[in-house]
Amino acid sequence: MKELTLGTMVAVFEEIFGRGLFWAMVAIAVLVTLAYLFVLIRDRSVSWKKFLLAQLSMPVGAVFAVLFVQGVTDSSFADIGGPVDVIILLGIALVGAIGMAILVYTLEALIGSRRTQTG
Amino acid sequence: MLDRRQFLAATALAGMAAGLAPTVGMAQTGPISTNARIIIIGAGAAGTALANRLVRRLHGASITIIDPRANHLYQPGLTLVAAGLKPADYVVSETTDWLPSDVSLITEAVVAVDAVSRTVDTADGQSHSYDWLVVAPGLVLDHDAIEGFSLDMVGQNGIGALYAGPEYAARTWQAASQFIDEGGVGVFTRPATEMKCAGAPLKHTFLIEDLAEKAGNRSRMNFVYAAPQGSLFGVPIVAEKVRMLFGQRDIAPVHNYTLKSVDAGRKRATFTTPSGDAEMAYDYLHVVPPQRAPDFVLESDLPWADRWVGQGWLEVDPSTLQHRRYPNVFAVGDVAGVPKGKTAASVKWQVPVVEDHLVAAIDGRDGTEVYNGYTSCPLITRVGRAMLVEFDYQNNLVPSFPGVIAPLEELWISWLMKEVALKATYNAMLRGRA
Repeated sequence: MKELTLGTMVAVFEEIFGRGLFWAMVAIAVLVTLAYLFVLIRDRSVSWKKFLLAQLSMPVGAVFAVLFVQGVTDSSFADIGGPVDVIILLGIALVGAIGMAILVYTLEALIGSRRTQTG
Repeated sequence: MLDRRQFLAATALAGMAAGLAPTVGMAQTGPISTNARIIIIGAGAAGTALANRLVRRLHGASITIIDPRANHLYQPGLTLVAAGLKPADYVVSETTDWLPSDVSLITEAVVAVDAVSRTVDTADGQSHSYDWLVVAPGLVLDHDAIEGFSLDMVGQNGIGALYAGPEYAARTWQAASQFIDEGGVGVFTRPATEMKCAGAPLKHTFLIEDLAEKAGNRSRMNFVYAAPQGSLFGVPIVAEKVRMLFGQRDIAPVHNYTLKSVDAGRKRATFTTPSGDAEMAYDYLHVVPPQRAPDFVLESDLPWADRWVGQGWLEVDPSTLQHRRYPNVFAVGDVAGVPKGKTAASVKWQVPVVEDHLVAAIDGRDGTEVYNGYTSCPLITRVGRAMLVEFDYQNNLVPSFPGVIAPLEELWISWLMKEVALKATYNAMLRGRA
C-alpha cells in the first residue's frame, strides 16, 4: 500500500460491499453502539443479569465471524500459515464476540426479557 | 456534563467530521486552468485511473480517451476464474462504468500515432490532434506465434490459456478440471518475451496442483513447469523460494524450454531448446503466448530501438515514464518500456507519477514524483494461501507491512487480501481514489 489513509480505506470498503451496503452497515454499527450507550446512560449502571447472557453469546459471535470470513473466501483453518494468521483469526473472533455481546446486551435492555426486566 | 441530546449531537458531528476528513486530506493544490488537448490511448486500468485523476487536477482541458472495447476486464481475477473459484463475469464490467463524465470516449481502434505531427489516427479514418499523449493500450497476446495453436482450441483436448480473457479463463478451468479428474501429465508454460504478471503462470500451476491434491488424485499426476528462462522468477530471492516450493510439491521445472508448437490431436507440445527441438506429451497444457506492443505502437517512432527488439515497448524514462525523445508523450501500464512489472500494482504506482509529471509540464514546472519500479504479486500457492511478494527495479523486496506480513511466507492473510481487498482496491484505483 502506498498511501493507507482513511480516505483510501473508506474507498476500498465501499468497493467491497457496495456504497449503499457499506454505509448501511456503518449506520447499523453506529446505531447499535449509540443504543448501547443510551442504555448505559439510562440505567446509570451495567446490569450484570443482562451482561451474563451477553457474555454467553460471545463465543457464538466469535465462531460465527470466523466461519463467515472463511466461507466467503474459500479458505479453512488448514490455511493458517504463520503467527500473523493466528493473530488475524483471533482478531476476527474478537470482533465477532464483542459485536455480538453489545448487540445482545442492547437488545435485551431495549426489548427486555422477564429475567432481566427488574434490572 | 452532557445531557443525552447534546451527547448524541456531538457523536453525530464527530462521525461527520471523520467522514469529511479524507476529502480534505486528499485535496491537492487547486486545479490548473488550461486548454491543453490530452489524448489517452486505452481505457484499461492505467488509462481509466489516470483520466479520473486528471479531471480533478485540470480545469478546462480537453481529455479524450480512445478505446474500442465495451468491456473493462479486471485481469488480476483471471487466475481465480481459471481455477473454478470465480465465475467469468467476476472480471467483467463496462468501460463506461468507470470513466468521468467530462472525458470524451472514442470507441474506435487506434491505427497510427505520429509523434512528430502529434496526431492519432483511428480505424474510422479520423485524425485526432493532441498536445499531450498518454499511451496505455496494454499489450497483445501473440497466440498466432505458436504453431498449431488457436484460441478456439481452449477448453478441449486438455488445452488451457487463461490470459486470453474471461471466457477463455473459464474454458481453461474446464480443461484443467478434467485433468484433475482423469490424471496424467500437466505441462505449464510461459513465454520468452516480457509478459503480464509473471506470477500468473506459477499461480495457475500451484492452484491446479493444490486442487488435484485436495481431490485425492495427485498420485496419478505429474506436473512440469517449462520456462524459457534459466530461473523461475525475475527476482532471484523469489525464484529460489519458488524453486523450493516446487521441490516440496513435486513440480518439475524444465529450463530453457520455449513453447513453439502444439499438436492438439496427438497431445504433443514442441519446445525450442538450446539442443534443438524437444517434444513433450501432455494431458493438460497451459499456453502463455509471446507478448508484444500493439501494431500501431510497433509501427510508430515510440518504441525502444535497441531494447526488447520486436516487442515494441515505449522508450520512456523508468523514473518518470515520460518519453525520452518526445517529452509530450507518456506511457503507463503494460506498454511502458521499463524493466519490471506489467501488473495492476505497477499501474497503481505509475499513474500518480505520470499525473504529477504531466500536470507539472502543462503548468510549466518539473514534476517531483519518482517511480521506483514497485510492483507486487499476491503469489497464490494454494487455495487459501499466498505470498505477498513486492519488489522494485533493483530486485529488492519492498514489503508494505514489514515485520507483520512476511513476503516469502505462504499466509492466509495474503490470500484474504487477494480475495477480499484486491478487487476493491483495484476499483478504487480506477476511480482515482487509491
